[in-house]
Amino acid sequence: MSGFGSSHLSRRAALAAGSGALAALVVRPAQATTQTMQAAIDAFTGGAAITQGKVTMDIPPLVENGNSVPLTITVDSPMTDEDFVKTIAVFNERNPQPNIGTFHLNARSGRAFVSTRIRLGDSQSIVAVAQMSDGSLWSGSVELIVTLPACVEN
Amino acid sequence: MARALINVPPKAKRGEVIEIKTLISHPMETGYRPKGDGSFFPRDIIQKFVCTLNGEEIFRADLYPAIAANPFIAFTTVAREGGLLVFSWTDDRGEAQMESAKLVVE
Amino acid sequence: MTVRAAQGILALVCLLASSALAQTTDSRRSGFEDMSPQSQALQKDDTANPGMLSVLDGEALWSTKAGSAGKSCADCHQDATTSMKGVAARYPAFSTEHNRPLDLQGRINACRETKQQATPFAWESKELLALSAYVGKQSRGMPITPPDDPRLEPFRKRGEALYSQRLGQLNFSCANCHDDNPGQKLASAVIPQGHPTGYPLYRLEWQSLGSLQRRFRGCLVGVRAEPYPYGAQEYVELELFMMSRAKGMQVETPAVRP
Repeated sequence: MSGFGSSHLSRRAALAAGSGALAALVVRPAQATTQTMQAAIDAFTGGAAITQGKVTMDIPPLVENGNSVPLTITVDSPMTDEDFVKTIAVFNERNPQPNIGTFHLNARSGRAFVSTRIRLGDSQSIVAVAQMSDGSLWSGSVELIVTLPACVEN
Repeated sequence: MARALINVPPKAKRGEVIEIKTLISHPMETGYRPKGDGSFFPRDIIQKFVCTLNGEEIFRADLYPAIAANPFIAFTTVAREGGLLVFSWTDDRGEAQMESAKLVVE
Repeated sequence: MTVRAAQGILALVCLLASSALAQTTDSRRSGFEDMSPQSQALQKDDTANPGMLSVLDGEALWSTKAGSAGKSCADCHQDATTSMKGVAARYPAFSTEHNRPLDLQGRINACRETKQQATPFAWESKELLALSAYVGKQSRGMPITPPDDPRLEPFRKRGEALYSQRLGQLNFSCANCHDDNPGQKLASAVIPQGHPTGYPLYRLEWQSLGSLQRRFRGCLVGVRAEPYPYGAQEYVELELFMMSRAKGMQVETPAVRP
């Protein structure tokens, strides 16, 4: 029997074996790229300028399972009738499609807050763009590492 | 009818910001899952989620296949008046499921 | 090393360990401890735990009349929050009618067949999982209490032997991973000790609720063995052994696991 103990199998070898086996088993759909993500962001913003800031994403940087990743987005905004977040659009870099979700808030939302669970097909960046009531655009992003579980089920 | 679980605080003070949590049973089939014979399970997702209070929209979400199965969505609203919260989830075929809950504001 | 020799050494070690310390520490860990804080939070939040959707379905099924007898579970068992308290914690249990142990799903289906005169639910069906989740949840927080029933012993022993039996093309036994290497990584996932504390559970990998049998089958496929069919007696015996191995640990149903 092949040496299974951790002393014999280096971590790199185990990772390579795991991901290699996975690639052999799974037919990979075409992945989104940084360009398709940018195109999707442009479609949302109409090409207008985005300022980095105000948008915070709470998501585990090391993802346990890409099938279900908790994501909470908050935006620094007073959420008054005069100044509130209208829309939060979330994008990803390497899933088959660049969009994750678009959330529509309003002046009575109380807090610029939304929480959900998303799917991540690979280690990648995700970007959230918030459009304010005055039309200005703000964004935040995170870099994530997605580890896949060991036994891929039949 | 898919099973839905809605969590609204039992009572809210006027002006208080409350959090509403929703969870619905749905596979959110991405369209990218291989069947094993070369074909894929066809896409079947919830596309839209809307919450209204007394008929007025207080939250809306456009969902994509990247939203995890059994979608969980939580959001906030200012408790201005009590009334009927109506939640609706609409899928790719345009079929909608609605649930409701009472909001009590004092 | 033979199983007997290993057992002998284990017994000796346990004897030495327990005599050496006035108070032994329980080194058993639930898979809950091996999860990320986010998954732990998900399991603990009844308003977000996807397994609760199945529990709600089970609650509805509990009161649904079925079969030619036109009876619901509630007709015999009344309020599950009382009558089912502690039940999942002491399963698998011996069935006199079947002259062998049944797991909880087997018991539910046996009731369906004999008392409700209805077709048993298919293995791993949404309904069977929902009822097991609902009944299981009534034991949540309670210690696993295998029945003190001598009739179970030969079956438990077979389960114990299966646990240490090398299987599949990879030639691993359950013990190789879950006794010898818990806490180590298997292709970036932490190997748990493998205590069935929270079944049926919502596995992120499955994106749905699933039974312990489904997990067993996943492991068997993982070592490249032909899995026993759903409902196989081997699974009941293995669960019987694993529940005795997990004696005293808390039931977590419906758990969440990656």
